Amino acid sequence: MRIAVASGKGGTGKTTVAANLAVTLARHGQTVAYVDCDVEAPNGHLFLKPIPVGEVGVSRLVPRVNPGQCLRCGACARFCRFNAIVCLTDRTLVYDELCHSCGGCVRVCPSEALTEVPHPMGVVKTGVAGAVRCVSGTLDVGESTSPPVIRAAKQAAPPASWVILDAPPGTACPMVETVRDCDYVLLVTEPTPFGLHDLRLAAEVMRTLHLNFGVVVNRADPGAPETRAWCEQGRVPILAEIPDSAAIARAYAQGRLIVEALPGLEPLFDQLIARLGAEVHREIREEGGVLA
Amino acid sequence: MPEAAALFELVVLSGKGGTGKTCVTASLAALAHEPVLADCDVDASNLPLVLNPQPQRRESFTGGLRAHIQSDRCSACGKCQEVCRFAAIALDGPGNGCVPRTYRVDTAACEGCGVCEYCCAGHAIDLRPADSGEWFVSDTRYGPLVHAGLHPGEGNSGKLVMLVREQARQIAAATGRRLILMDGPPGIGCPVIASLTGATRMLVITEPTPSGEHDLERMLALGRHFGVPAWVCVNKHDLNPAMATHMERHAVERGATVVGRIPYDPEVTAAQRQGRPLVEMNRGPAATAIAGLWQRIRAEGSVLINVND
Repeated sequence: MRIAVASGKGGTGKTTVAANLAVTLARHGQTVAYVDCDVEAPNGHLFLKPIPVGEVGVSRLVPRVNPGQCLRCGACARFCRFNAIVCLTDRTLVYDELCHSCGGCVRVCPSEALTEVPHPMGVVKTGVAGAVRCVSGTLDVGESTSPPVIRAAKQAAPPASWVILDAPPGTACPMVETVRDCDYVLLVTEPTPFGLHDLRLAAEVMRTLHLNFGVVVNRADPGAPETRAWCEQGRVPILAEIPDSAAIARAYAQGRLIVEALPGLEPLFDQLIARLGAEVHREIREEGGVLA
Repeated sequence: MPEAAALFELVVLSGKGGTGKTCVTASLAALAHEPVLADCDVDASNLPLVLNPQPQRRESFTGGLRAHIQSDRCSACGKCQEVCRFAAIALDGPGNGCVPRTYRVDTAACEGCGVCEYCCAGHAIDLRPADSGEWFVSDTRYGPLVHAGLHPGEGNSGKLVMLVREQARQIAAATGRRLILMDGPPGIGCPVIASLTGATRMLVITEPTPSGEHDLERMLALGRHFGVPAWVCVNKHDLNPAMATHMERHAVERGATVVGRIPYDPEVTAAQRQGRPLVEMNRGPAATAIAGLWQRIRAEGSVLINVND
């Protein structure tokens, strides 16, 4: 089961939900992998505190020009849609930071003057936090494209009955890259105008990608009438409501998990798991029904 | 061009989301003298929610190209899928009489590089402009606002951010305004880099939590990488005063200037619910702190502007 935890707005509690969910699943005896796909601001390790196991670099391919073979014909520069190659009369220049690593320039070069070399762009770390296997992707500072690091982190996830993917905020390509092949997506929101506005955008992405999703309302006191009304109207299930509490904020500020710092709130995540399981199985049944 | 030289571009960033960028930007918009406002968080644009913008201009945004496979010409040879580096092509298109299934492009994954088009022996692929979003110029009571909305799931947010900034610069040049105030996106990737490059200063809004600290470090490194000096403000500093102090000291060691701290205040959410900048409500400790923050920024920034006068 692959579950992504996402949100339109940042800072709504994705990492809180994902990390507590992972630990609670492990307590239920499930095999769990937690994958931090928020590679621009990966924070799950600050709460799960995994013991490091391994680390692999992530790189992308960029072209290098062999000046002896280059005819300065400009075919590569004309082909590149990202303006990453400039062909001057005496040399051909490559701008690695603009390159999308499509490999097109190498294909169009008539004199085989281009070869591809790896350009480092991030790292994927693996570790264990109790029974939770952890994977965390980190984008190098100054690199602009996170999807390749997200892909690498997802591929590094060990086999587990539950894979929890902690998604980056927003609705653009890094979020899409994280959620695109998941069985279910939890959208974490907060009952503020910003929270609801961005929840709607995130829900639109889910519908565009034909993904099943439900909502977790964080800081849910003193009630979230607008969020609830919107969910009811769109028949979006609310799977959990996490109360707005100073104790939770304090635990977070100390880098502690809710289920560890506040055992009284453990049933909240037990219930989330039960509802999540029911939702995923209902979707499978219904889709099976349609096919039959 | 002395006017262009005197332009001050201030971008509000955070690394971690939800630390209060938009709240602070909206209040600075209310406090600043004749700013041009720009919402560079184009995939979750929230500044318009508290500035009651009246749209004056609306344009569509073509983010780039997307490959399109004409299923009637596709022989299902699979070359396009083989050469695509973005896993954007799948064998799930409609049949065409010759083959039961054809290849189809997943437009969410396609980056429009054109390699599949180049390699397709049957000339079944062409690149088409993608309608990726829209952008607006609106009037607000504090000045013109350039904002945008990327269609959900689209890429190319960096390009849309560049466009928003360029429009803001044009408005500044045309109206003689000298401050562009930008609300930035979370993270440190493509849209953040597009918001940051060439800016005069970045204002990093952070919070005293392990995540806030971790992401501040990366944000300051990004600022150094692109040569943009940083101002730092710890929001909700009273959540963990010791950590806030530690973060401020650390920021100074990294070459940043601490320009203020804001206490936790329920009025912040109340203002957001009313759709207004916090300082308009003019009460509570956070509003007072943001007013102080602006005084400090003005003192620091006026030096920079006056140099070019």
